[in-house]
Amino acid sequence: MDIYLLEAVTNGILLGGVLALLALGLNLIFGVVDVVWIAYAELVMCGMYAEWWLTDSAGWPVPMAAVAAVAVVALLGVLVHLLIIAPILGSAPINQLLATGGLLFFLQSAATLLFGTDFRNLGLRLPVIALGDIFISLSRLIAFFAALLGAAALYLFLSRSFLGTAIRAVAQDREIMGLMGVDQRRIYLLTSAIGGGLAGLAACLLLLQYDVHPFIGLTFGPITFMICVLGGLGNMIGGFVAAFIISQIIAVAGYYVSIEASHVLAFVVFIVLILLRPQGILGK
Amino acid sequence: MTARLSKALAALVLLLAPLALRDYFLHIAVQVLLWGFIYTAWSMMGRFGLVSLGHGAFLGIGAYVPALLWNDYDVTPWLGIPASMLLAALLALVVGYPATRMRVVGHYYALVTLALSQVVLLSIVALRDVTGGSLGMTPRAAGHASWYALQFPEKSQFYFLALALWLAGLALWLWLERGMGSKALEAINEDEGAAAAIGIDVMREKLRVTLISAGLTALGGGVYVQYLMYVNPETVSGVGVSLQIVFAAIAGGMYSLLGPTIGALLTLVLAEGLRVAFGTHFIGAANTIYGVLLVLFIIFMPRGIAGLVEGLLARPGRAAAAE
Repeated sequence: MDIYLLEAVTNGILLGGVLALLALGLNLIFGVVDVVWIAYAELVMCGMYAEWWLTDSAGWPVPMAAVAAVAVVALLGVLVHLLIIAPILGSAPINQLLATGGLLFFLQSAATLLFGTDFRNLGLRLPVIALGDIFISLSRLIAFFAALLGAAALYLFLSRSFLGTAIRAVAQDREIMGLMGVDQRRIYLLTSAIGGGLAGLAACLLLLQYDVHPFIGLTFGPITFMICVLGGLGNMIGGFVAAFIISQIIAVAGYYVSIEASHVLAFVVFIVLILLRPQGILGK
Repeated sequence: MTARLSKALAALVLLLAPLALRDYFLHIAVQVLLWGFIYTAWSMMGRFGLVSLGHGAFLGIGAYVPALLWNDYDVTPWLGIPASMLLAALLALVVGYPATRMRVVGHYYALVTLALSQVVLLSIVALRDVTGGSLGMTPRAAGHASWYALQFPEKSQFYFLALALWLAGLALWLWLERGMGSKALEAINEDEGAAAAIGIDVMREKLRVTLISAGLTALGGGVYVQYLMYVNPETVSGVGVSLQIVFAAIAGGMYSLLGPTIGALLTLVLAEGLRVAFGTHFIGAANTIYGVLLVLFIIFMPRGIAGLVEGLLARPGRAAAAE
């Protein structure tokens, strides 16, 4: 097997981990609150800026800044729900999607206003590891395993804890759960906070590999939505699998043709798959 | 009587506007008309629950195909624009047919169409040898007003072209509104299964408005490039543009004839006004406020300005009828 192809495949798997984390957060919110946050990737951007600002301007150590960034985005998630989603919870789903679309414009331009359009990064130089003949950057490895850990923690929380069970129950049937004495408002807030927190975690992992700028959300946003839909909106395991399918398409086609062409292919595959199986690849 | 008088007055204002307006305001007027046309085209399907987040795809095809044909093969826009409209309609068919068949609606429909606009956007960027990539391209200038090249350097001349296009768009909207198709689509939007059960051809009705909307959007894109004489992929096919189209149509009111145009007027005046107010010192300040306003609009006025006005006008009438 071609050594460069192997490297592309490896990088695809590593990218898939972070994309899976992003898709998990979005899927959780969709599954429970039944809303698509079209500005989800912009929340990731906020997390990246938070971590960058805390290390670069406030002089915090990177791990501390990362934890703070996760908290900041979790709080943002709560605010998004309280200020934007809660007032229109009863109106057409497309209106909720569009309201968060307004948030997308707001966050992009607010970031431009605060930080300008320069590309920022942490200035970390992590070593590159040689595994046999292929080279893998340590930052990608860290990102991959941290993403898997985050996903596993979410899985354990949802399946083992009382609150997690309540969240899953609301996702299955919101009306009945209201009658059973579950406070939906609290569940929604908690879900939004967790969804935000996952975006914050993804932000910290992405900042290890990419520069942050106000429009970075446009690079990851559409891909994240495709992954969620492909896995079946609200279906977490499906989203997890779809993340690796999409990231492989991007990595391998990027190796053979070009980056843009690989994204075009990923979107075309998405459209074809979704038109064949609108319920997602793992849907019933 | 007053209705007819106000219509005549409006026509007079629209016709004489180029005499009174300075170039800058004329520029805004042309943009309002062109975007008003595009938003109207979007709302032809959007108001029936076919909320497309992918009209940037059709806009991009409409913008690039005629410009490329003109630059590389000397094909006049009079052929290039219809060709791009056909191509856009074809693309709408290729995606719309299976989407209707598999009953892809709501969020899924919005996201599939969003993916479609990304395909067109990234294809334009990827084919940078032909299209100029992210840097954009300029149609070859004829250097003077020319019907053959469809280029009118004088803004006042272009104004009338834009006005004619916009009026044609409104006429088409009315024609669709008054046909049986509009009733059928309303029924489909309410309950697709029930609509099919009483004999409505769901596939035909949905595809008809989708194809018309896609073709007209391409037409708007083509004329827009002839006006600006420049195009780049982000400004016609980016996620921002597709969202912008939906926002403006909804903010203006997509259920009314003039709603999308009001949306165009509102968003452009707002964007320009904020830009003038804040200048270039605070890049982003204008858009920050713009974003907040969009959120407020969706939350408090889901039927848009036109819907609000109609509601206010209808109330006294309804009260009188009840007495």
